[in-house]
This record gives sequence, C-alpha cells and structure tokens, in this order.
Amino acid sequence: MTMRRRVVFGLTGAVFLRPALAGDAEMAAAIQRFTDGATPVGGRVHLDIAPLVENGNAVPVTIRVDSAMSAAEHVQQIALFNQLNPQPDVAIFKLSPGLGRAEVSTRIRLATSQQLVALARFSDGSFGMQRVDVIVTLAACVE
Amino acid sequence: MARTLITMPSKARRGELIEIRCLIGHVMETGYRRSDDGQLMPRDLIRAFRCEYGGAVVFSVELHAAVAANPLIAFWLRAADSGPLRFTWEGDRGFAQTEVLDLRVT
Repeated sequence: MTMRRRVVFGLTGAVFLRPALAGDAEMAAAIQRFTDGATPVGGRVHLDIAPLVENGNAVPVTIRVDSAMSAAEHVQQIALFNQLNPQPDVAIFKLSPGLGRAEVSTRIRLATSQQLVALARFSDGSFGMQRVDVIVTLAACVE
Repeated sequence: MARTLITMPSKARRGELIEIRCLIGHVMETGYRRSDDGQLMPRDLIRAFRCEYGGAVVFSVELHAAVAANPLIAFWLRAADSGPLRFTWEGDRGFAQTEVLDLRVT
C-alpha cells in the first residue's frame, strides 16, 4: 500500500468512526424551532461559562439577559442549546415578570469541546442570542 | 423521596430581589451510557421543574439529558407577599416531588 493510500484510508476512518453526536445542523434546527424562524440579535444575552472546562460532567453556566422585567417588557423564555452532545437541547427556562431579574443558573454536561448557544425570547416577540465556544478536557460519559 | 436542598432567605422586604437555589438528588441517566455488562441503561431524567408563588407559576424549566446529575436550578424572585413557595420536580418513571417553603415579606 502506498503512503498516499494509507493517508486516504486514515482520513476516511477519522471521519466515519466518530461517535453519533448532534452537529451544526441539529443545533440550527433546534434554534429554528425555538425562534420559529425569527432572526435573533446579539447584545442583550450574556452566557457565562468557563472557557476551559476541566470536567464535562457538571459545568456551571449562568445566563443573564438585560431586561427591566416589567409587565410591559420582559423575558419570556431563555433556552440553551449545544452543538456536539447527542441531543442539541439542554434546558428551556420559562420566566415571568414577577421574577424581577432575568438570570438563571444550572449545571450541564458537555460531551466534548464545542459551541453553546443561549437564546432569549422577549415579550415583544424578538429574540436575543449569544454563542460561546468552550474547550472540554475531561468529557462527560456519553457511551 | 429524593433529597432536596433549597437555599433562599426565609424573610425579605417587599420588592427585594432574592436568589433561590434548588438542588435535588437524581441520577439524570441519559440513556446513552452502558452498564458493566454492556446493556444500555434506560433513560431516567427529571423533565420539568416549576415554582409556584402567590397562586401562579412564576418560573418553570424544561430539562433534557444534557443537564448534569443532581440538577441545580437557580433563579431570582421579587418578594411581593408573604406566603408559601411550592417547588415541584417531575420526571420519568412517575418521578414527582414537591417541597414547600414559606417566605415572610415585611
């Protein structure tokens, strides 16, 4: 076998032996379902997560949205999606003006280094978004 | 009954913002892992959480497999009137648990 063939076989193996994970298309579809086709704008949503994650089994995240949280103008929903876990959904938070502050925290699993997207649905029907890339050194058990 | 730990002040001034942190002991089994004998371990997740205050659901969450085991949910609440806060978790295999804590508003 020539060197060149070996390289080609090696590359094909690398492409097809990846575990079954969601991808960009699944995440884009999940975002599309959440926003119902509307285009989210950046700026008001803040996704706080460590850029370098040592343990993917429990990663603290906080999502904060700039909003007065009044009856007239508030955040209705906050959603978190991921790119490369087996499923794109992480959690959807439903808020009400009585909370007074649009800030939620939880702990999530990350199967590998990937991109996370936080979205907010405002009471006027518009959407905000922030994308964050994280590097995971110890992945959460998927298999 | 799973163990729960809810951290919040027992009293607050009217209009004050309080942070509420809710922990519950639960495996949150994803359905993707295999046991030592190679069998897929069945999915066992908490699917929903909600907090009721003043006769209405003020906050709720839809959880998926990517939420870590022993899920933590933290949020803020504006103290309006004295009364109970009802926290409810619901999940697979008929999992349901409710905790009630009182908030005194001065």
